Amino acid sequence: MKQMLNHELLQIRNLKKYYPVTTGLLSQHIGDIKAVDGISFNIKERDILGLVGESGCGKSTLGRTILRLEEPTSGEILYKGMDITKLDKKGLRELRREIQIIFQDPDASLDPRMTVGDSIGEALIIHSITDEKERMKRVAELMEQVGLEAGQASHYPHEFSGGQKQRIGIARALAINPKLIIADEPVSALDVSIQAQILNLMMDIQQEFGLAYLFIAHDLSVIKHMAHRVAVMYLGKIAELADRREFFQNPLHPYTEALLSAVPSLKPKGKERILLLGDVPSPLNPPSGCRFHPRCHRVLPICHQEEPQLVEISQGHFVACHLYN
Amino acid sequence: MGLETPSIPRAIFKVMNNTILGVSHLKTYFFTRRGVVKAVDGIDFELKRGECLCLVGESGCGKTVTALSILGLIDSPPGRIIDGEVRYNNLDLVKCSPTQLRRIRGKEIAIIFQDAQSALNPVFTIGDQIVEQIRLHLGMKYTEARDKAMTLLKEMGIPSVERAMSYYPHQLSGGMKQRAMIAMSLSCDPQVLIADEPTTAVDVTIKAQILDIFHELKAKRQMSLIFITHDLGVVAEIGDRAVVIYGGKVVEMAPVSKIIGNPKHPYTAGLIDCLPDISKTTDRLASIPGTTPNPIELPQGCPFHPRCHKAMEICSQQQPPEVRISEGHEVSCHLYQ
Repeated sequence: MKQMLNHELLQIRNLKKYYPVTTGLLSQHIGDIKAVDGISFNIKERDILGLVGESGCGKSTLGRTILRLEEPTSGEILYKGMDITKLDKKGLRELRREIQIIFQDPDASLDPRMTVGDSIGEALIIHSITDEKERMKRVAELMEQVGLEAGQASHYPHEFSGGQKQRIGIARALAINPKLIIADEPVSALDVSIQAQILNLMMDIQQEFGLAYLFIAHDLSVIKHMAHRVAVMYLGKIAELADRREFFQNPLHPYTEALLSAVPSLKPKGKERILLLGDVPSPLNPPSGCRFHPRCHRVLPICHQEEPQLVEISQGHFVACHLYN
Repeated sequence: MGLETPSIPRAIFKVMNNTILGVSHLKTYFFTRRGVVKAVDGIDFELKRGECLCLVGESGCGKTVTALSILGLIDSPPGRIIDGEVRYNNLDLVKCSPTQLRRIRGKEIAIIFQDAQSALNPVFTIGDQIVEQIRLHLGMKYTEARDKAMTLLKEMGIPSVERAMSYYPHQLSGGMKQRAMIAMSLSCDPQVLIADEPTTAVDVTIKAQILDIFHELKAKRQMSLIFITHDLGVVAEIGDRAVVIYGGKVVEMAPVSKIIGNPKHPYTAGLIDCLPDISKTTDRLASIPGTTPNPIELPQGCPFHPRCHKAMEICSQQQPPEVRISEGHEVSCHLYQ
């Protein structure tokens, strides 16, 4: 099975996550917030897929839905060919040995009343590595791997800085040798000098342990540094997906163009900046046709009516835009 | 410092009449149970008329406390400005009475906070909040003030201004709130505008829109700006000069082109190297080891020496002096003595 799938680790097929919106005394259903609205992509072993988008585009919901921290509304999530959406509780626990998550806010994701050693070791207990001595040894090993001192295992989270807390979060995710890590904005709460340390650490462990990442970020410079492939999300849909080189050299979707031109760079760019008008619309009531058309600088008449499909323009380069159909 | 008569700042002001705001030897400490937090520990800089001066540094370096000290907004206790002066129009703002400061704040020197959500009052409409400020400082009639507020909001690119005036802050998106904040801060035509990380909490496309507004403020109004940020990309974009702050002290000050192109202080150089840049591809990012120092126990000597790869013996013993590298480029580092 594995060979047949060409080492596809994760395959997502038409995944949807809607949140119902209700009103009034009788909780009348008045609509859905379509946080994730029909998304498909694959992640191979050792692959790093960068997922970028503005706040509210659904990128975090997507990450959480893959782990079934949120129940998907419809669609398939295949991990090594097995459909995650149909797993029971026991199956899910097994799955989470293989897929782990690193959260954005290291402060909120650690229990303030547990020593960090216990926090890291907790995953080992749950996944039945119960021998105390062996566990402590593994915790010490993990802490050293992420650049902390093993002696700090008895400290509490508040004794660590933001960067160190994120290292603890990484150690926790690594504890049970996962194959895929979903990193949800792992560096956006950190200072630049610390951000570089954590990015380097994540690169190192990716190579050392042969991990695959779904790397969620809003910062395209970070994505460019980390990712092998890049996907852009806009209002619950993928606008463009391509290999890193292709993505940065030959962006096709007008939204990607605008995003790239908006990144402040140390070197002044030759190109004029594309200023997008307005804000991201509400996902409760997305615009008709192409969701991006009210802000698009290259809008066509058809964009108002028809929703563009994600099509492969060249090898591995997908774009959902009427300009290329 | 405390013994100087008011005539001395005035003399300084005459010599450098291009300077609109001068901060010298500013020290703001917070006296807490756990010890004295030296948030700002001797900061000097001058803001020239019509320039955009960027204060750059990581969290906890003292850049926001510097801004709050200028406006006399330090909570006391636990905080106190223990030394230094802030010269503005023949006045030392540190010594001004609360009443005097109230007249200057918002009218002469305005501030935009990072988090527009918590800076706006949730129970008043945007219109009311701007109108209140205009009536208070400029003594205008309600209708006049309302017209002025609407013109400003329009200038900030807020669509359907009439309606926006009657919105409460929660009805606006993050970018719109930030625009309303900027409109409010400009409502009394201030001489100096302090912007404290105005682009940090917003998305990249909104960031570009906000930076565009600041470009216009510079071009159209010749606004004197103090722009606080941790993002060197933003500095490169908007700044004329930059002051790099570390551990409550200025480590380097220079025109932006020199800070980015020819940084002298190992901290500045490190900050630039560790930034993933969209215009180049690197395998591995340079990084600065360690973490920012605890402001209660700042290291002896140069505050950066424990993380500095060029540290010498003297760095842990003596505070580095300010060295002039070239015209307008100053660095506090023992390497250049």
